[in-house]
Amino acid sequence: MSAPVIAAQGLTKRYGKATVVDGITFDVAKGEIFGLLGPNGAGKTTTILMMLGLTEVSGGEIRVLDHDPVRDPLAVKRRVGYLPDQVGFYDNLTAADNLAYTARLMGIPARERAKRLSDALARVRLSDVAEKRVATFSRGMRQRLGLAEIVMKGAEIAILDEPTSGLDPQATIEFLEMIEGLKREDVTVLLSSHLLDQVQRVCDRVALFQGGRIVLMGTVAELSRQVLGAGFVVEVEADAATDLVARFNAVPGVISVERAGHDRYRLTADRDVRPEAARAVVAANGALRRLSVDDPSLDAIYARFFQKQTREHEGARDAA
Amino acid sequence: MRREGSPWQGLGTVVVKELADHLSSARMRVLEMLVVLTAFAALYGAIDTIRQTTAEDPFILLKLFTVSRSPLPSLFGILGFLIPLMAIGLGFDAINGEHNRRTLSRILSQPIYRDALLAGKFLAGLATLAISLLCLWLLVVGLGIIFLGVPPGGEEIARSLVFLLITLAYAGTWLALAILLSIIFRSAATAALVALGLWLFLTLLWAMLAPLFANLIAPPDPRYVLFGLPTPATVEWEQLLMRISPNHLFGEAATSLLAPDTRSVGTIYLSQLQGAIMGSPLPLSESLAIAWPQAVALIAGVIVLFVAGYVVFQRQEVRA
Repeated sequence: MSAPVIAAQGLTKRYGKATVVDGITFDVAKGEIFGLLGPNGAGKTTTILMMLGLTEVSGGEIRVLDHDPVRDPLAVKRRVGYLPDQVGFYDNLTAADNLAYTARLMGIPARERAKRLSDALARVRLSDVAEKRVATFSRGMRQRLGLAEIVMKGAEIAILDEPTSGLDPQATIEFLEMIEGLKREDVTVLLSSHLLDQVQRVCDRVALFQGGRIVLMGTVAELSRQVLGAGFVVEVEADAATDLVARFNAVPGVISVERAGHDRYRLTADRDVRPEAARAVVAANGALRRLSVDDPSLDAIYARFFQKQTREHEGARDAA
Repeated sequence: MRREGSPWQGLGTVVVKELADHLSSARMRVLEMLVVLTAFAALYGAIDTIRQTTAEDPFILLKLFTVSRSPLPSLFGILGFLIPLMAIGLGFDAINGEHNRRTLSRILSQPIYRDALLAGKFLAGLATLAISLLCLWLLVVGLGIIFLGVPPGGEEIARSLVFLLITLAYAGTWLALAILLSIIFRSAATAALVALGLWLFLTLLWAMLAPLFANLIAPPDPRYVLFGLPTPATVEWEQLLMRISPNHLFGEAATSLLAPDTRSVGTIYLSQLQGAIMGSPLPLSESLAIAWPQAVALIAGVIVLFVAGYVVFQRQEVRA
């Protein structure tokens, strides 16, 4: 892994007495899609704003592309693209005019401007509405226009804040594909979201925010091991004369077996045990109807994590 | 800690964009129509009066600005009243408009400082006002030449141009106030209402309230009252209080420039008039000396209000 493009050390943000971001530490490597997730108000947007030098840092340190966004925000903002939550454009201007304005602010030389602008619009498939006023645009189109701005900038890091919230499923899929397109060009993507399945779909690593702290960080598989204990849940639907539970329990790697119905079984395992489970059913002369594995899902991790916490919290209260 | 990079980066771009917005906006057109139409009405009255009464006057062009015929006030009176409205119209949604359109964080994530955005908006507003005022000035001079048939003298042109500059400083004061309010109030409607309230208060009500306060602070001396004379202390207080209103400052500065026989804008004691030839015009330099404190006060007003806005804006959070 090369040197991190974003490195935060004990980053803290206080408003008066309220601590919104509380000493978070994380690194993002080049070309990675890093997800910031957590409920609204957990400190994701504040963290992003500190990376861009748009809000003051109360404590700790942050370096973006080896610049200090507090002292030298222009150097950071020249190389980092930002798509804010519910991005807005000048409604009375056309899409192309909106981008032309930011292109000038970015300091793109005049002779390159037109080409980079039309290339960027083509990338997000907005070329045919380039001359339409943004007032007529849907939410998804605005979001894509915001992405076009980042593409036009040639940003090395793209910071996307809740980019898919409020989009319809089709627009969401398209947008996520475009984010993956950025990754293919070696752009580092920082994605903040509270929509877990989307984060899971595109992110290499995630950091789970809660109350201004990062409570969990790592790949989804790592998190699931950490939180759910085991990573895989295999569901089996089968008929057999003999008791299948004992046979499943004998499969190496299976941690527990649960009967979910009279012919349905739920196996929790630390690896994918589908082949062994199938063999076990066949060996018992059973009829295998269905065999499926749940990928470790962030949803489950998330739910379990907060459940656990509440329980621990209640436990602590009961003890006291 | 010093930040790096120039605060002026992107300033030109912001100015050009805002200027284009102003000049093409419907709001600006309405305000221009309002000013031009009332100015025409005042001018018509002035020209009519001048033709009937003044046969020979070395400063006949300047009379166009100062002569009035009821029910309309003179041209400069109308400007003093309507220019704040124009300036407020240009500035009341400068910053909160960006907030509400959610464009602020997107624009500030480009490699510019907030300084450039704020200064750019102010300069664009000022340039718009300067263009409108210059057009109005050319119209007045042109119509004066056509209807009065007298070519203007060099000093007349010089005096009216200085008047134009002072008008611009006056307009700048209101523009800076409107922008300050647009930073303080998140809702554009609130900012506009507060600005309009201040405008009405300072241009209309304050002229009525200032004497009242002056009488409270320095009650009239019965010895003066006995002779039906105003008490000097009361008059001085009244003048001091009146000068809080930029409208009054503008009036004083404009009078001393447009009416060359104005010897003082304050109280005159009989002793000061010794040796003076009443009604004879002062040279331009002397008139400038009289108008100087007022002009400086107006320019200081622009700077103080702009700096106040700057300080508030720098400390403001970007996120909506």
